[in-house]
Amino acid sequence: MQAYLILANGTVFAGKSIGCPGTTVGEVVFATGMVGFEETLTDPSYYGQIITQTYPLIGNYGMNSEDKESGRIWARGYIVREACTAPSNFRSEITLDAFLKQNNTIGIEGIDTRRLTRTLRESGVMNGAITTEFDPAAAPEKLAELMSAIQGYAVKDAVAGVSCAQPVDYPAPETAQDPLHIALLDLGCKNNIVRCLQKRGCRVTVLPGTASVADLAALHADGLMLSNGPGDPAENVAIIGNIAAMLDTGIPAFGICLGHQLTALAAGARTCKLKYGHRGANQPVTDFETGRTFITSQNHGYAVMGETLPAEAGRVSHVNANDKTCEGVQYTKWNCFTVQFHPEANGGPKDTEFLFDRFISRIQAAKGGL
Amino acid sequence: MPKDPRIKKVLVIGSGPIIIGQAAEFDYSGTQACRALKSEGIETVLVNSNPATIMTDPDIADHVYIEPLNAAVIERIIEKEKPDAILPNLGGQMGLNLSMELARSGYLDRSGVRLLACRPDTIDRAEDRQLFKDTMEKLHQPIIPSKVVEDLGDAMDFAEVIGYPVIVRPAFTMGGTGGGICDDREKLHEIATNGLRLSPIHQILVEKCISGWKEIEYEVMRDHKGNVITVCNMENLDPVGVHTGDSIVVAPSQTLSDKEYQMLRTAALDIITELGIEGGCNCQFALKPDSFDYAVIEVNPRVSRSSALASKATGYPIAKVATKIALGYSLDEITNDVTGETCACFEPALDYVVVKYPKWPFDKFVYADKSLGTQMMATGEVMAIGNNFEHAMMKAVSSIELGMDTLTLSDFEKLTTEEVIEHLHVQDSERAFCVYEALKRGVAHETIYEITKIDWWFLDKMQHLADLELGLKNGVLTEEKYREAKKFGFLDKTIRRLAGVSTLPVENLRAGFKMVDTCAAEFAAKTPYFYSTYDEDNEAEQFIAERSDPKKKKILVFGSGPIRIGQGIEFDYCSVHAVWTLKKHGCEAILVNNNPETVSTDFDTGDRLYFDPLNPESVDNIIATEKPDGCLVQFGGQTAIKLAKHMDDIGLPIYGTPADAIDEAEDRERFDELLERCAIPRPQGRTVYTLDEALKAAEEVGYPVLMRPSYVLGGQNMIVAYTSADVVEYMGVITTHVDMSHPVLMDKYIFGTECEVDAICDGTDYLVPGIMEQVERTGVHSGDSICVYPPYNFPQSVIDTLVDYTGRFARELHVVGLVNVQYAVQDNKVYVIEVNPRSSRTVPYISKVTGVPMVDLAVRCTLGEKLKDMGYGTGLWRGGQSPYTAVKVPVFSFEKLHGVDTMLGPEMKSTGEVLGIAPTFHEAMMKGLVGAGYQFKVPGPGSCVIVTVKDSDKAEAADLAWKLHDYGYKIYGTAETARYLNSQMVPCSVVRQMSGARPNVQDLLESGLVDYIISTSPHGRDPHRDSVKFRRKATELSIPCITALDTARVLVDALRGEHDISEMELIDISNLHNKG
Repeated sequence: MQAYLILANGTVFAGKSIGCPGTTVGEVVFATGMVGFEETLTDPSYYGQIITQTYPLIGNYGMNSEDKESGRIWARGYIVREACTAPSNFRSEITLDAFLKQNNTIGIEGIDTRRLTRTLRESGVMNGAITTEFDPAAAPEKLAELMSAIQGYAVKDAVAGVSCAQPVDYPAPETAQDPLHIALLDLGCKNNIVRCLQKRGCRVTVLPGTASVADLAALHADGLMLSNGPGDPAENVAIIGNIAAMLDTGIPAFGICLGHQLTALAAGARTCKLKYGHRGANQPVTDFETGRTFITSQNHGYAVMGETLPAEAGRVSHVNANDKTCEGVQYTKWNCFTVQFHPEANGGPKDTEFLFDRFISRIQAAKGGL
Repeated sequence: MPKDPRIKKVLVIGSGPIIIGQAAEFDYSGTQACRALKSEGIETVLVNSNPATIMTDPDIADHVYIEPLNAAVIERIIEKEKPDAILPNLGGQMGLNLSMELARSGYLDRSGVRLLACRPDTIDRAEDRQLFKDTMEKLHQPIIPSKVVEDLGDAMDFAEVIGYPVIVRPAFTMGGTGGGICDDREKLHEIATNGLRLSPIHQILVEKCISGWKEIEYEVMRDHKGNVITVCNMENLDPVGVHTGDSIVVAPSQTLSDKEYQMLRTAALDIITELGIEGGCNCQFALKPDSFDYAVIEVNPRVSRSSALASKATGYPIAKVATKIALGYSLDEITNDVTGETCACFEPALDYVVVKYPKWPFDKFVYADKSLGTQMMATGEVMAIGNNFEHAMMKAVSSIELGMDTLTLSDFEKLTTEEVIEHLHVQDSERAFCVYEALKRGVAHETIYEITKIDWWFLDKMQHLADLELGLKNGVLTEEKYREAKKFGFLDKTIRRLAGVSTLPVENLRAGFKMVDTCAAEFAAKTPYFYSTYDEDNEAEQFIAERSDPKKKKILVFGSGPIRIGQGIEFDYCSVHAVWTLKKHGCEAILVNNNPETVSTDFDTGDRLYFDPLNPESVDNIIATEKPDGCLVQFGGQTAIKLAKHMDDIGLPIYGTPADAIDEAEDRERFDELLERCAIPRPQGRTVYTLDEALKAAEEVGYPVLMRPSYVLGGQNMIVAYTSADVVEYMGVITTHVDMSHPVLMDKYIFGTECEVDAICDGTDYLVPGIMEQVERTGVHSGDSICVYPPYNFPQSVIDTLVDYTGRFARELHVVGLVNVQYAVQDNKVYVIEVNPRSSRTVPYISKVTGVPMVDLAVRCTLGEKLKDMGYGTGLWRGGQSPYTAVKVPVFSFEKLHGVDTMLGPEMKSTGEVLGIAPTFHEAMMKGLVGAGYQFKVPGPGSCVIVTVKDSDKAEAADLAWKLHDYGYKIYGTAETARYLNSQMVPCSVVRQMSGARPNVQDLLESGLVDYIISTSPHGRDPHRDSVKFRRKATELSIPCITALDTARVLVDALRGEHDISEMELIDISNLHNKG
């Protein structure tokens, strides 16, 4: 089936439908990872977005039931050059096409994804649509209608869209002695954050993104984890207030991605939208404390403006070695550190997973001090 | 200023002659290293015995020594040059081993020279089998059950414990030399014995064979801060068991999920961290296809062939970054040249697929054993880039110059399906084509997988190509079908042939180009590095519009494709110099090549690089985008020359010698007319197409005759026929391997001295930089001959004639640029053997020893300049006088090529060369021989030499045998030879031949008492002959086996000579010509 990708600037790409037929509108972004497609597709941070894979051959190793980062696809569409129809891997269960269909996701293949990426790089992220319902060249009135939908689109109430409604408890591994109890504020949480904590002997209670300081207090948790998530961080006014109140209690805390951004906003810093974001598994981040640079997995369209962070709140601890944007904050007013990148990886390098160990040590230090 | 201010002068050790397993990739890495050092203001001292390299150019390093690579020589260079530090990890295994030797002996400490980038203990932990095993165990990295053994008994015992099949890997040998898979006790006995002997520390590893697992490689880097990155990972199409140098390799990996990818990536980074390497490192893994089980196979703590491939596949310059790391920079302090903005501490993201395909010498060595194993046999490789696997694979296949444009190999088409399936069991260089044939026949993927263990994903992609090929053959060629075929890499001529049409649905459909930018378009890149696709987008066009200078002439330079015997690194030297000269003279140089190992395919060599096949359609695509003013074809060997006619056809001006001159030199009849016009004699000859004609012609001109196909390079398929039986055998072989639309040439074979002349011509005047005289008589290919500059035997009259004839050819052929002429001199009479109106193998060497920048002058001639304005005069340079003698000695890779007769003949067999430079002939010869690996032994008790020669050689052999006897050797000979020697009063004992009753010559060879062998025979080639088996055995035992009496003579003279190499002057060739 024919499918078309239409960008807000009027560019039309013709391709073939994969996944479900229909029409979808979203913010078109590109991701440069060469593996980890299932993780990308199920990452809640892509809520409201149409993902372009820059790597041309997608789905080579198929989809399995183990590598999902959440229960479903949150992205509004998927753009690839070539979707593999005969995947090969011992864990492969279904094809990319079948997986998209299972998740009611509209996709398109046969697109010159490099040209599309260059367009997004030059003009910044842009809204767009995938449709299988009409040929834009043959139906100008339908195109005009779709175009106004494209231009009017904005990712809104993203956290509410992806966060869990009720707390969920993940037990500590049976082997763990005297497990720590971590409260994980779900702003669009990837499963692997839970796994990384469990692996370190923790019990994890996932709280809805809207949880209050009282909800947290009721848990008597040892530490607070602030998850990744989608959308414009600044729209989460209430959550930002809650986070400030939670951190004021002195609980040891660790934030990732959106959690990092919301903490910075709570501390009085500002955030801004990046031209085309960082989405990939190859982003270098320098840690000021050690001088080391790490390769990290990233997925974000907004960034904390490091220079706006009040000096009394904390200091920028990590920067992106390429564009020097803020990648981490060490707080002094709170027992908290946050990073913009994804130490939990999946997909991407595991080189910074040790940050979870650092978090655990801080909790233990805090407990020992009580 | 280097980061570490203590480093002011650095010694770089090159990798020596090109041999299988150590090829042009180290010229690329060494050249990058030298340039990086220079850009930091560091004085560079370079030593390499290989004169064909770019790194030995005086403009690459400040001091250049073309000297034998051994510890004694390096020590003397250190004493003379007093460098602060030595850079050990960019000159291949050779450079690394030498550096370690100097470090271990304490020499470096004593002389205050720092070893940059690595420590000896690091290297040991990667390369010593036991230490490696201990290190991996410490890191909890799985390895394959294995045991390091130092004697055969232990090897056999351990194999019983772990069970067959087992793999033998000798310690500290390069390219896996001497290793192999053993299915049973007998095979293990053979391979383990051999491996123990070849290992410099007499150590081998016996390990459990895990064939069928996937083979995955990671190229990783680390700096002194501990920052670590992965540049690239690669997946071998062939499962574990085939050496990665002989595997079809794909980058990035295709069948690994993020879990497996990250698991192996983390393992590689943990390994480089534990080893403490500062620079590049290659980690090879075996991955079980149906679980997360893996094993570390090998770690190479240096830049390698794989790192050159990874550099070209990603655009990330590993060697350059490794050099900067050695100078104290950290990865985050180094800029990514591709973007100019981001830093080198990142991991390249590819948005295309890369396929590497090996180039094997089996088209030349038809009798060689083509089966692949743990010992590398490829001489070179090609790389292809596409945005789907199929396109990249098709580009690769058309680049390996086997005359194929799909994966269909006609030999397999003739087999029945059962035979095809049976043949799938044969793991040889043609296996991919056999798989393809099976796929075309509809054989189930399961069947193919069970036999070959080639991953299903690759089978599916190859099936797609097979379906496309069959689809083109059947039904009507619609536009849709045509466009689909183009997208997946079918050439127009292939589509026409398959579909049986003369007109295509779309004529002149031209490819567009995409950029290789390390970052999948995330950042704007400045790299002028492109590959073709059939997307409508054309980034090259945009790049040209933005960055090309319209006032400059744009000239296309064709590279020389994969390294192979007969067309080696010399032609990359020529292509690169041509590009540099064009740039220097106000032109834009646009380079097309497909070889990832070379300097020419470094993206900053030319103004733009097109990494694409060198076939007419591929080049047409580039021309359509670039709209160049002209092209240069004379610098890229036969690969580029083959494009000349097409350039003429499409009307693109060829700068320099016209295409017609090439035809005139190669077409027999036109060449005869040319000789007549020039009044130059040549040996009597005939042109034949059939066996009957050949036999008749041989009778007419008289035996022996030289037989060769027309249009050849490197004496491909060339022999001297002494009898009608030779003619019959030859015609039989050639008609099955060569396109018979071109005839076979038969010439009266002239006994005499062969010599070679290179000249530069501007259309009017000519300059002969030097004449080279060959030590071996006619009959040994010039590429395999020891070659001396200036000539040491010729009277002035011969030299005058050589210069005069060369000039006549140049003028008559309208040569503008380079011409190479080969002559035979008999009784002071000069005969022409062949004329090549193009650059030759000897250009780099002669340029270096004479100081005449030949390629530079030749390119300027093609641009219209005149020789008399260039300051080098005309005629014979310096009247043929030289303060130094230079001796080029060929180097072979026979120990890697089973079944190949080592006897020299008119067909070229050497893979590389070294040079000896000294004030006298004898000293230069000695340096050359030592550089080439000849050991100057002193006879001990029982030491012997075996002499077995053909009748025509017996008289001369007697003289040599006497000298050897006089020197203290016991002489053995086969019956006939011994009888003759005895008749000449030379003491010689008889030894039975290989097929004779034991004990025979094999036992003598294995006794360890044989220091040298002199063996010539009227017949060779066929591996079943006794003489061939004998020479093979000698090669496997590393006993020097001389197969030409002239070579034996210079060796015997050198043995008995008074010269001591440790006393000889070390010559810095960068200053050679300042002395006048």
